[in-house]
Amino acid sequence: MPRSRTELFLGFLSIGARAFGGVLPWTHRVLVEERRWLTAGEFAEVLALCQLLPGPNVANCSVVLGRRWFGLSGALAAFLGLFALPFAWVIGLAVLYTDFATYPAVRAVVSGVGIAGGGLFIGTACKLARPMFRKPTALTIAAGCFICISILEISVLVVLPVVLVVAMYAASRRLI
Amino acid sequence: MTQLVLYFSLFSLISVGGVNALMPEIHRVTVDANHWMTSAEFTQLFAVSQAAPGPNVLIVSLIGWKLAGLPGALAGLAAICGPAATLSYWVGGYWDRLRDAPWRPVVQRGILPVTVGLVLASGYVIAAPDGLNWHNTLIASGSALIMYATRINPLWILFAGGALGGLLLG
Repeated sequence: MPRSRTELFLGFLSIGARAFGGVLPWTHRVLVEERRWLTAGEFAEVLALCQLLPGPNVANCSVVLGRRWFGLSGALAAFLGLFALPFAWVIGLAVLYTDFATYPAVRAVVSGVGIAGGGLFIGTACKLARPMFRKPTALTIAAGCFICISILEISVLVVLPVVLVVAMYAASRRLI
Repeated sequence: MTQLVLYFSLFSLISVGGVNALMPEIHRVTVDANHWMTSAEFTQLFAVSQAAPGPNVLIVSLIGWKLAGLPGALAGLAAICGPAATLSYWVGGYWDRLRDAPWRPVVQRGILPVTVGLVLASGYVIAAPDGLNWHNTLIASGSALIMYATRINPLWILFAGGALGGLLLG
């Protein structure tokens, strides 16, 4: 865990600073691989909780982790660290010039970064999945969840309760 | 601006599974229902929010900025994050107090495949918002493979993705 609120703030600041193409892969990298504040399993658990809660997932994670380590002031430090630089960036871009973002060449580069960012999510999902590589039931549930949401385009609000019930049943029967 | 805060506070509490899923609804409220901006302006703000690093929820700050300057940007962000963050604060505290409950290991084992499925689904919608084609399949699978198999700084992966995007999609 971080030694101080300042360290916590700086950790989340470093996530926001580099989070092109999505925040989640960077959150995993900083918290688990660079700073080692959490194990991969602990990270997956906090992320799961924040996915089940409404709202932006990583913002929720910053609040839950900040509170765990330093209470209310920790939650605020982590949240503000996460948003400070991206907020300044986005407003800065809006002040300077918004037309640039619709130029075809810029659109193409930003799309490329976005697609690669999606790839980072998929790579991170595979890292999180390491503990279940030898568990066919768990892999089936993960694949089913993905297919229902992405391919069949069923609402998350429908998929999530069903998948959760199946997963908890499987876990209680030691199938996972 | 009061209306903006009310709408986005409500969105904050219904956006299970992340804010991406809400984008069509945000578009409907800002463009069609309230005429805060044209559809083209919305697309432009969305493009700006994608060009910057950070949570994609910042599109909401840009909408607030467009309506009411810096106070609007801050209010928009506070509205979309605040209610969910407050809920997370309480639920997170409760969750941490249950650390030693006998059913915790079961939940921990059961939740992992669900998390993995949801992160995969996020990755898919970000990489292929309009379906798969060979460009995005190539870039996303290459990016995923390098991210998984190496410890290379992901900025290089994004840089390569931007360069490939400029070449292939321009």
